[in-house]
Amino acid sequence: MSGKKFDFKKLLKGDFSTYLMVIVFYIILQTMSVSGGLSSLFKGMLVPLCIYSIMALSLNLTVGIMGELSLGHAGFMCVGAFAGATFSQLTRDAISVDLLRFILAILVGAAAAALFGFIIGIPVLRLKGDYLAIVTLAFGEIIKNVINVIYLGVDDNGLHLSIKDEAALNLSENGRVIIKGAQGITGTPKNSTFTIGIVLLLITLVIVLNLVHSRSGRAIMAIRDNRIAAESIGINVTKYKMMAFVISASLAGVAGVLYSHNLSSLLAQPKNFGYNMSIMILVYVVLGGIGNMRGSIIAAMLLTALPELLRGFSDYRMLVYAIVLILMMLFNWAPACLEFRERYSLKRMFAGKKAKEAQ
Amino acid sequence: MMSFINYLISGISLGSIYAIIALGYTMVYGIAKMLNFAHGDVIMVGAFTVYTVSSTLGMNPVIGVILSVIVCTVLGMLIERVAYKPLRGATSPLAVLITAIGVSYLLQNLALLIFGANSKSFASVITWKGLSLADGRLKISGVTIVTIAACIVIMVALTTFINHSKAGQAMLAVSEDKGAAQLMGINVNGTIALTFAIGSGLAAIAGVLLCSAYPTLSPYTGAMPGIKAFVAAVFGGIGSIPGAMIGGILLGIIEILSKAYISQQLSDAIVFAVLIVVLLVKPTGILGRNIQEKV
Repeated sequence: MSGKKFDFKKLLKGDFSTYLMVIVFYIILQTMSVSGGLSSLFKGMLVPLCIYSIMALSLNLTVGIMGELSLGHAGFMCVGAFAGATFSQLTRDAISVDLLRFILAILVGAAAAALFGFIIGIPVLRLKGDYLAIVTLAFGEIIKNVINVIYLGVDDNGLHLSIKDEAALNLSENGRVIIKGAQGITGTPKNSTFTIGIVLLLITLVIVLNLVHSRSGRAIMAIRDNRIAAESIGINVTKYKMMAFVISASLAGVAGVLYSHNLSSLLAQPKNFGYNMSIMILVYVVLGGIGNMRGSIIAAMLLTALPELLRGFSDYRMLVYAIVLILMMLFNWAPACLEFRERYSLKRMFAGKKAKEAQ
Repeated sequence: MMSFINYLISGISLGSIYAIIALGYTMVYGIAKMLNFAHGDVIMVGAFTVYTVSSTLGMNPVIGVILSVIVCTVLGMLIERVAYKPLRGATSPLAVLITAIGVSYLLQNLALLIFGANSKSFASVITWKGLSLADGRLKISGVTIVTIAACIVIMVALTTFINHSKAGQAMLAVSEDKGAAQLMGINVNGTIALTFAIGSGLAAIAGVLLCSAYPTLSPYTGAMPGIKAFVAAVFGGIGSIPGAMIGGILLGIIEILSKAYISQQLSDAIVFAVLIVVLLVKPTGILGRNIQEKV
């Protein structure tokens, strides 16, 4: 060490600016929303912005920090959404305070998703690379498919579960059906607000950033960079990988609860919980910068808002979205493009000018 | 018993389509080490080309099929040239994956703009009624026979091409070691382009067969078969051509049989569950090579 200390200040500064960014973003949008500066369309997008930011952060933990590609992240969101919504439905009469019930629902959703993360993690984390990716994709699809055939009802005798139809539940007269197979859950209280979403986003950020800077986080990154070297210095590979995977899954579960309490009817469809959604989240992560938490939030927010902002183009908006996506990837990653940017970067041109003037 | 044989045959037929699509996935993966997510949408483009030529323009479907193979081959090479080639050598392998997803969205939305979101009914290209065996208890439709035959022909032709032609050997060399292949004077970029061309041409054929067997066509037609074929490719051992064949056919049989005997809704879940079990027992697929880990 040449007398140079590990630059903690810079590290904290980076984290701090991320928190600040989220808070400033919240203040601006909240003021605009209260003063009526936002269209109703955009208002409806405030909660989804938080949901997808949390999803992006959570997936970034798997992809960026653990270094494994997961294509089934929407599956965990689905588990969280259904667990949270079921809990809210069951305790609707028992807990009358909305906020308390919602917080409990979030915890239940996170716990359920964490449990699934653990169960799925046992086989999945034995695999590597593309094989791991395809198995997570498979699990995501299985979760979505299985939820579509589940019927859950409640009456005086407790819970009834069936995978056939409503009649097979054998409910007594005052019983009610909660999960109606492919019709999903309807009538979940709409507890999700922008404020709660932002608070959850901040909590997620605290969890992820603290994990990254902790001893465990460094162990996880060591495994990512060189598994064999990490193993040889005594890092328990399975334990730390599982830890990252379970935390990532439970955060996705939180996003799911937020999602389910933002809609009046919750369905497990390919559109919201299929592999397409998992891929969408992956797009946020990669575009924001793999392993870069601030980038994930920015990318998630921009790309969630983009199709809506492009509404003027109506039919062409998704086409424009696709082209923007391809161009951004080429611009950010193509070696030839990076070289070009390096050569003609404004920063360097200015620096060059200054150097010349100094001479 | 007869119904079981019937299911088995339609399973093999569906599996043959998966196998043809999976060939495209596996060849591209073997050579460019990338998951070409846009492959499923090339199938859709192929099917729409035939639809336009035969239903809208009223020409002979055979011309449509030939034209669709040409369109898809060119499209495959174009996608490779514009979207994937610039990213060769990018620091993260995920970059090209996301670009492939972008291309997939692009193709879907182009089709959406041109043909609209409503699904079209696709007039089957194959008009042959098929065979009726065992006093009419066992019916095999013309589409099924043509599909299975096409699959066998493609398999044989492709294996011969790869093992006995110069370009095929070049493909093997590039998939083995890109750098070494280049040093031996092989045109690596050309070989990769050729792989994309063949894969996309096969996708066009798969698209025609798929829409002849299941006669609806929409901009999202290719997505799910694409994913299933990808699963089939991994199932058989990604990068291996016979593996893609076996994986595809097994997947088709499992899907049809679980639809018939277990549950219509859960058939996809069962297919994926079988994949997981196979990968846990044999982590590189049925015919995949085991890579020794070196320190």
